[in-house]
Amino acid sequence: MTTQTMTMARALNEGLRRAMEKDKKVLLMGEDIGKLGGVFRITDGLQKDFGEDRVIDAPLAESAIVGTAVGLAIRGYRTVVEIQFDGFVYPAFDQIVSQVAKLRKRSDGVYTMGLVIRLPFQGGIGAIEHHSESPEAYFVHTAGLRVVACSTPNDAYWMIQQAVEHDDPIIFCEPKSRYWEKGEVDLDRPPNGLFDAVVRREGTDVTVVAYGAMVKTCLRAAEVAAGEGRSLEVIDARGLSPLDIDTMAQSLDKTGRLVVVQEAPPSASVGSEIAATLAERCFYALRAPATRVSAYHVPYPPSRIEDAYRPSVDRVLDAVDRVMEFDQ
Amino acid sequence: MIGDELVQLLSPEGERVEHPDYDSSLTHDEILSFYRDMVIVRRLCNESTSLQRQGQLALWAPLQGQEAAQIGAGRALAPSDFTFPSYREHGIAWTRGVPPKDMLRIFRATTTGGWDPQRYRHSLPTVVLGDQTLHAVGYAMGIQRDGAEEAVMTFFGDGASSQGDVLESFVWAASFSAPVVFVLQNNQWAISEPASLQTKIPLYHRAHGFGFPGVRVDGNDVLAMYEVARRALDRARTGGGPTLIEAYTYRMGAHTTSDDPTRYRVDAEVEVWRHRDPIERVKALLVREHGVPRATFDEIGAQAEALALQLREDVLAMDGPDPQSMFDHVYAEPHPLVDAGRRELVELGIGGRA
Repeated sequence: MTTQTMTMARALNEGLRRAMEKDKKVLLMGEDIGKLGGVFRITDGLQKDFGEDRVIDAPLAESAIVGTAVGLAIRGYRTVVEIQFDGFVYPAFDQIVSQVAKLRKRSDGVYTMGLVIRLPFQGGIGAIEHHSESPEAYFVHTAGLRVVACSTPNDAYWMIQQAVEHDDPIIFCEPKSRYWEKGEVDLDRPPNGLFDAVVRREGTDVTVVAYGAMVKTCLRAAEVAAGEGRSLEVIDARGLSPLDIDTMAQSLDKTGRLVVVQEAPPSASVGSEIAATLAERCFYALRAPATRVSAYHVPYPPSRIEDAYRPSVDRVLDAVDRVMEFDQ
Repeated sequence: MIGDELVQLLSPEGERVEHPDYDSSLTHDEILSFYRDMVIVRRLCNESTSLQRQGQLALWAPLQGQEAAQIGAGRALAPSDFTFPSYREHGIAWTRGVPPKDMLRIFRATTTGGWDPQRYRHSLPTVVLGDQTLHAVGYAMGIQRDGAEEAVMTFFGDGASSQGDVLESFVWAASFSAPVVFVLQNNQWAISEPASLQTKIPLYHRAHGFGFPGVRVDGNDVLAMYEVARRALDRARTGGGPTLIEAYTYRMGAHTTSDDPTRYRVDAEVEVWRHRDPIERVKALLVREHGVPRATFDEIGAQAEALALQLREDVLAMDGPDPQSMFDHVYAEPHPLVDAGRRELVELGIGGRA
């Protein structure tokens, strides 16, 4: 096994490089992704090595970035599109939900929408507004799209390659607050399927499901809880559409208690979908109400107070306390 | 680059018009075949309107008045070119070889598509205004990367010209010098809104601001449409970049069968355009210059009639779809929510192919 320690940003860069080496039809397109290497440097050096025809600096229009990637897909290309920040994806919303999501269906399977829409998402980096949002639920709600979120360098390296190879369009959510955290990457073998949920820490008292940046928050909470004699099982959902409900249900059968943690507001969210689906499916296993820990139903606040908005270790532990109070 | 005149090679009376930049290269046989195409697509369009009135179609978007704009542009295309239509391009679909019954599937609400877009190199109708212009530019960028000598043509209207996606597609096409021809059919009305609400300058002038040529053509003159489109396509295929063609025309009918144009436009205006009919002027030319006999026109009329009857028969025989087909092709790979939906319909006994 060849392993290498690297940041998530570097892992994404290496993953994209490998995808481009494997398939000449893979292109990258986005704002400032060429010479600059992207504002987060995810595409650093790729234009130099693959040329301007394959790593395309796009004029500043998100709808056009996605819309032209649709045309390239019809021509047989696979374009990995970088949306510079989560809050800039909305100008492309029409192209994503009206065209990307529907054209395979409308063409009876003739068109393959081979595109990956990379979305640096979630907050925690002290940014100004529109740079810290969690728009994943909009896309999870839309049939025809798939949505994933990575949380570790190893996943980032492999999931981006799996997403490029996949024949369905994929919204690829990258927790930007974790870009610079290091981890071990296994360069030989993917750890899991693209949409598989993964148990990050085993436990017996409460199943805690999270994705993206919240996985680490929940792992910290599990550490603290362990000190108090409580055993949390932390699951990284990874696939948001489809959800790997089986893995979550299996855990819930064991623990009987569910806390879902997300950085998005609660209304019609991924966390709501997980909680509702598991409540339907595992009713008799549940010993407490399926519980969500979310951001608040307010616009993303000024980042000086974002720590009060994003679920914290304390808020996760509060929810754990609440579900543990139901002792049957 | 900017001239105010309309490129016209054939007057409404059917007389040839001299133009400093364009000559008609068409032979007698070609002109006759263009005439035939226009007669056929008008007849099929009228049959479709009748089918809708008789409850056989959910909706129809008539092309009447725009036959020359579409047949002229469509016949200029090479088989290897690719086209991205809006939803009124039945004439373009005809020139691409799409069977008429397939054009009507979406309007009979048996599908959201209708044909294999790769087979005919003609993409599917696009109802969200202007979205297809970006697909066209992206496809053209693919052509560039393949080093192919092909072009893309995309179609939209005066209404869609206000859409951000259309203007973004102009930026992209210009910056990347993409081999794409934009055909803007200015039919004067976006449902009830006149073109003057969409623009304060002639629409073809917009191209100049984006850095590529724009040409206004008499969209009711099939000879002019063909020549202008042909030159723009050649230019695109040989690395010259994009062109905007504004086909100045008129929507003789309603926006769709759900529309009532008497609420917003006057008969006198429609009458003016009736005298500019795209088909009659070609007929006049064919008679005067080529002495085409009445029997030929009768034969073409009979062919159109037969195709219309066939279309009616095909539409009436068009069933379905099977409710369970809603789950097909949503994804390339299985998705558990789609599978669960399909299982539920099966259990409910709804649909299911024999």
